[in-house]
Amino acid sequence: MLEVSKKNKLLASFEFELGKVEKGYTDRRLYINLSENKIEEKPIDREVKETFTGGRGYGIWYLWDAVSSKTKWNDPENEIIFCTGPICGVTQYSGTGKTHVVSLSPETGTVNDNNVGGYLAPFLKFSGWDLLEIQGKAKEDVIIFIDGNKGKVIIEEVPGINSDTYSLIEKLTERYADDEKDKRNLSIVSSGRGAENTNLGILNVTWYDVRRRKVRIKQAGRGGTGSIFRDKKILAIITKYTGVNAGSNHAAYPELITEAGRRLTEEILGLDHIQNGMREIGTVNLLDHMQNYNCLPVHNFKFGSHPDAYKIDSKVWHQRMTQNQAGDSCWMGCAMRCSHAVDGFELTTGPLKGEKVLVDGPEYETTAGFGGNCGCFDPDFILEANFYCDNYGMDTIGVSTTIAFLMECYENNIINKEITEGLELNFGNTKAALELIHQMAEGKGFAKIAGLGIRQIKKILAEKYEADAKFLQDIGMECKGMEFSEYVTKESLAQQGGYGIANKGPQHDESWLIFMDQVNNQIPTFEDKAEALHYFPLFRTWFSIVGLCKLPWNDIEPEDNKQKYHGMEAAKVPEHVENYCWLFEGVTGKHLTPEELILQSERVHNLQRLFNLKMGFGTRKHDIIPYRAMGPVTAEEYESRKELYDLQLREIIKFNIKGKTTEEKIKVLRDYREKQYQMLCDAVYKRRGWDSNGVPTLDTIKKLKINFPEVVELVKEYQS
Amino acid sequence: MIKVNGRDKVWEENLTVAFLLERCKYTFPLIMVKINGKYIPKEKYKDTAIIDGDDVQVVHSIAGG
Repeated sequence: MLEVSKKNKLLASFEFELGKVEKGYTDRRLYINLSENKIEEKPIDREVKETFTGGRGYGIWYLWDAVSSKTKWNDPENEIIFCTGPICGVTQYSGTGKTHVVSLSPETGTVNDNNVGGYLAPFLKFSGWDLLEIQGKAKEDVIIFIDGNKGKVIIEEVPGINSDTYSLIEKLTERYADDEKDKRNLSIVSSGRGAENTNLGILNVTWYDVRRRKVRIKQAGRGGTGSIFRDKKILAIITKYTGVNAGSNHAAYPELITEAGRRLTEEILGLDHIQNGMREIGTVNLLDHMQNYNCLPVHNFKFGSHPDAYKIDSKVWHQRMTQNQAGDSCWMGCAMRCSHAVDGFELTTGPLKGEKVLVDGPEYETTAGFGGNCGCFDPDFILEANFYCDNYGMDTIGVSTTIAFLMECYENNIINKEITEGLELNFGNTKAALELIHQMAEGKGFAKIAGLGIRQIKKILAEKYEADAKFLQDIGMECKGMEFSEYVTKESLAQQGGYGIANKGPQHDESWLIFMDQVNNQIPTFEDKAEALHYFPLFRTWFSIVGLCKLPWNDIEPEDNKQKYHGMEAAKVPEHVENYCWLFEGVTGKHLTPEELILQSERVHNLQRLFNLKMGFGTRKHDIIPYRAMGPVTAEEYESRKELYDLQLREIIKFNIKGKTTEEKIKVLRDYREKQYQMLCDAVYKRRGWDSNGVPTLDTIKKLKINFPEVVELVKEYQS
Repeated sequence: MIKVNGRDKVWEENLTVAFLLERCKYTFPLIMVKINGKYIPKEKYKDTAIIDGDDVQVVHSIAGG
């Protein structure tokens, strides 16, 4: 149990009127300033509600208000904003427990958004808060405790406690729960030492797994939000709320919610085992398909498959993950139940060596990143890396993509043992990779550089070690400062755009079009791709403004979806879109059409693009991706798919390859593919109502009713 | 020649849906096949012939990331 030591000090206390949720909203936000030990209730203005709907929409707007164009991620005025949404907390429909987190990122320097499971957002809302907004910095580590039943918030100084997640959340659960049964009423946010010492920090958000009697975690992973959390010296946030039920949102038309829930639950229970098996292995089902279709990142995205991939395929994880666990739902009532875990895993390295632990995961991204990209096709290594990254509060995607990049640098003699301080960072060296993860968490030696993320590593290697900056740019898989998530995009122009033009950086949660484009060939023209890159990012944005998880949208679909609908229409899963319209109307009482749903998102998505602009980013040059995301950088890569590339040169580019060297062919192919990418940007910008520099036009912001004076002034600065 | 998802593929004698899927390495379990717009149920993949000039659609129902 966490000691109540003499060093602990109550810094602030605040009593509030108990939560009153009406049609999914509380219309107020909880504001905490850690520099001033101030806790306040603030309203959510009617205009903000009408314009930005909720969740991430609110988060981006209030962060815009809080920071200037000069604010850095570690300035006190930067905020971490935890957002709920009007549909958040519904218990009759799967995937409604997501928290969305908004802040200025240490990796990108601009606005970032995360989504994360666990019980935080519903508990926050039912306690009476649509948002939790934290500004300022504490002097020593603090715990923020929100009691949603007693109507009390306290900030307590608790110096000298190890911030690593697993032991901390166990201790805090013991301290704050009245008894075993009460543990399910807590949700804790924590991070770890890795977040303190790198830019790749995550937030872990808990729920209590009643079946296992264990505290479980999900991660807000991308962009370094955990590093801000620890920079503000927040050790943990604990929210306690008792009394969730089907009526907690005081919905306008509960019968609509029940009907939508019935339809989806029937599909999940009846079809999941023959569709994606989310209830058995979760997202890691993707690994086999990415391998088979050449999209699995191998050796820093050089290749799309590997003969050893079977060692980490879905069959392996089916055996390792404990099956039939009701506690694998990261919010109440979710039938998808995809938050799987491996129980009783014995750690072989690090501070917890020899202990048997529960590993939350692995998800697809972690498996592909550490397994394929680092060339370590070893499930035990993946589990150990997964556990320690979570425990230290580090992003498994950012860390694995960074290590893969360093491995390629090592194999190309750009770095050596002298620079890495003894680490032999060859692809496949599991021991060195784990050692690097431990060092990153401690901020030791070469890991100080590794923990900065690829963008800053490239700069250091070029400036300090005279590395070829152009080659590093080609193989360093980051865009806007964020590391790529784990898909090979060379043969999908649409997914290249999905990564490159994404507001926060190359994370797949904004769009995932690989199969629709590369395999099904359903969006062959630039206009088709632009339409897909208009609709799908906006559709996915909507989940974050109303408080939902993406997975039940299309990781399960009606049996006859592909027969009833065709092409891009089928990919929208129209019956699920209808469910979402019912859910929105059912909770808020406002009728919503599929077109209005997109409009709600479009306002938020454009404001986020403009936020990038405010921070000095957000134009065409910031949407450039490294060439490895577009095509083969090295002869080795070209030769690995020579037949395909030669065919494209002959048939599409009409280039006579006879007698040409591989290097000559790479150059011609590169020239063609880079131009294709620019043409895609042209088409997407046009479809989105942006100018040729990627800036939303005055007409667009007026149409979206986000033409606030400050926004208009900003856009005018960029008008040619 | 035949078209598979709008792209040219060489046709060969005795080509069936099952053989085409194998040749294209389309291993994903949830796919929907249409030949010249006509839906082909999964149980008929082995027996359904593809003839020269056919337009074959193989739609993968994969959600992805």
